[in-house]
Amino acid sequence: MGIRTRVALWLAVVAIACWTGCGEDRAAPRPVKMTTTTSTANTGLLDYLMGEFLRDTGIRVDFIATGTGQAITHGRNGDVDVILVHAPPAEARFVADGFGVKRVPVMWNDFVILGPPGDPAGIRASASAADALTQIATSRAPFVSRGDDSGTHKKELRLWQTAGIEPHGAWYVEAGQGMGACLTMANDKLAYVLCDRGTYLAMRELLDLEVAYAGDPELVNPYAIIAVNPEKYPDLNHAGTQRLIAWFTSPRGQKLIADFRVNGEQLFHLFEP
Amino acid sequence: MEFLFESLWSAILMILHLDRDLFEALGTTLRVSLTSTGIASLIALPLGFVIARYDFPGKRGVQSLLRTALALPTVVVGLFVYAFIARNAPLGDMRLLFTPAAMVIGQVLLIVPLITALTHAALQENVKLVHEEATLLGASPVAASWKVLSESRHAVVTALMTGFGRVVSEVGVALVLGGNIRGLTRTVTTAITLETSQGHFSSAFALGIVLLALVLMINILIQTLGGRREAV
Repeated sequence: MGIRTRVALWLAVVAIACWTGCGEDRAAPRPVKMTTTTSTANTGLLDYLMGEFLRDTGIRVDFIATGTGQAITHGRNGDVDVILVHAPPAEARFVADGFGVKRVPVMWNDFVILGPPGDPAGIRASASAADALTQIATSRAPFVSRGDDSGTHKKELRLWQTAGIEPHGAWYVEAGQGMGACLTMANDKLAYVLCDRGTYLAMRELLDLEVAYAGDPELVNPYAIIAVNPEKYPDLNHAGTQRLIAWFTSPRGQKLIADFRVNGEQLFHLFEP
Repeated sequence: MEFLFESLWSAILMILHLDRDLFEALGTTLRVSLTSTGIASLIALPLGFVIARYDFPGKRGVQSLLRTALALPTVVVGLFVYAFIARNAPLGDMRLLFTPAAMVIGQVLLIVPLITALTHAALQENVKLVHEEATLLGASPVAASWKVLSESRHAVVTALMTGFGRVVSEVGVALVLGGNIRGLTRTVTTAITLETSQGHFSSAFALGIVLLALVLMINILIQTLGGRREAV
């Protein structure tokens, strides 16, 4: 092969590579970008719901699953059109600061405290979630914390606050990872962990962990969808976002949420109208 | 342990079933990685050549800067690019965030220093000699430079493959700039991260096996292309 052929070959390779890299369907309606939490994505709920939404409206939703902290930051920076999260105080601030249009409740599930089989710290009969955590702290039973500023992490911190405990020590492990990774870690370390019931049910087959404490009204975990304010960022896909929010709260969207099952169990519940 | 064997089996099954998610992720990985390696080589090969061939003030500084850049964490590169393509940033109007193009930009930045440094190291020995010789024999500057590169083609190909290997296996840039969107910016490595976070260790590992098999095929392809000329 001569030099020219080689150069030509290389250019061809680069050209093909560039060409394939830029393929994008221009005819379809503009997709909606949404940041959301790992709990809605890891359970498979969003793959299922957004498939239906695409069928109903032709609008694709590109969702990015992160912790609630990062999800809200992307909303504040106008990187996405809409956020679906579960951290009411942070959501209120997001709206009050003018970054979000309005907090629209979508569904709820609840948090549970999972623990190793046999409940070694004996929290099953606790009077409240804060009591259960106090019991874990005093018996120095290992506890895995998300430690990632996610909705679940924020909830956990509020519960410690209620209990009047500042958790630290070798028994308190701050993982800095998503819910699934934390469950795997807690399972391995025979530790307690706060988890949304949806992720737990979706992963139960892989875990020895059991529900050690549940049922405190404090543990209700509401999810809300919030459009990023188009007054702050005019070129957002606000039209698509409004259709998405309307769809989420429509009878059809709500029914699909309530019908969603993993291993035969309902993961997300609707608010009473 | 047994999940490793399970994974081998599920890797085979995924390929046999033409699993749609798998092939989308493979396609995105290939498109993005080949594009970024291609663009990076267009920048890095001439750069490596110039640094090896010519002496200029500040050359040592450039060299140590390049070597330092080899230690760049991928997430940091991702955040650096984010600072330029986020909405209110200079390139915000292009709406690049969470697209394959954003991942390409990040990956190019990630491996330009790597390929440059390796090219420089490969050419250093005899670049001046070969380049002057070729120029004396009447080759144009470009042809002479090409001669230099092809004299050391093994090392140059290794540099390119090292760059490709780095982007194909990285996950930080892809997560921060791509967002792991299914069917759009989900690569094999971000899919691996997702599967791991869901506790599906064997399918995560299976994806790793598939990725390595793909890279192996690319390597064999390159070797056959390069080997043919060797035999002449």
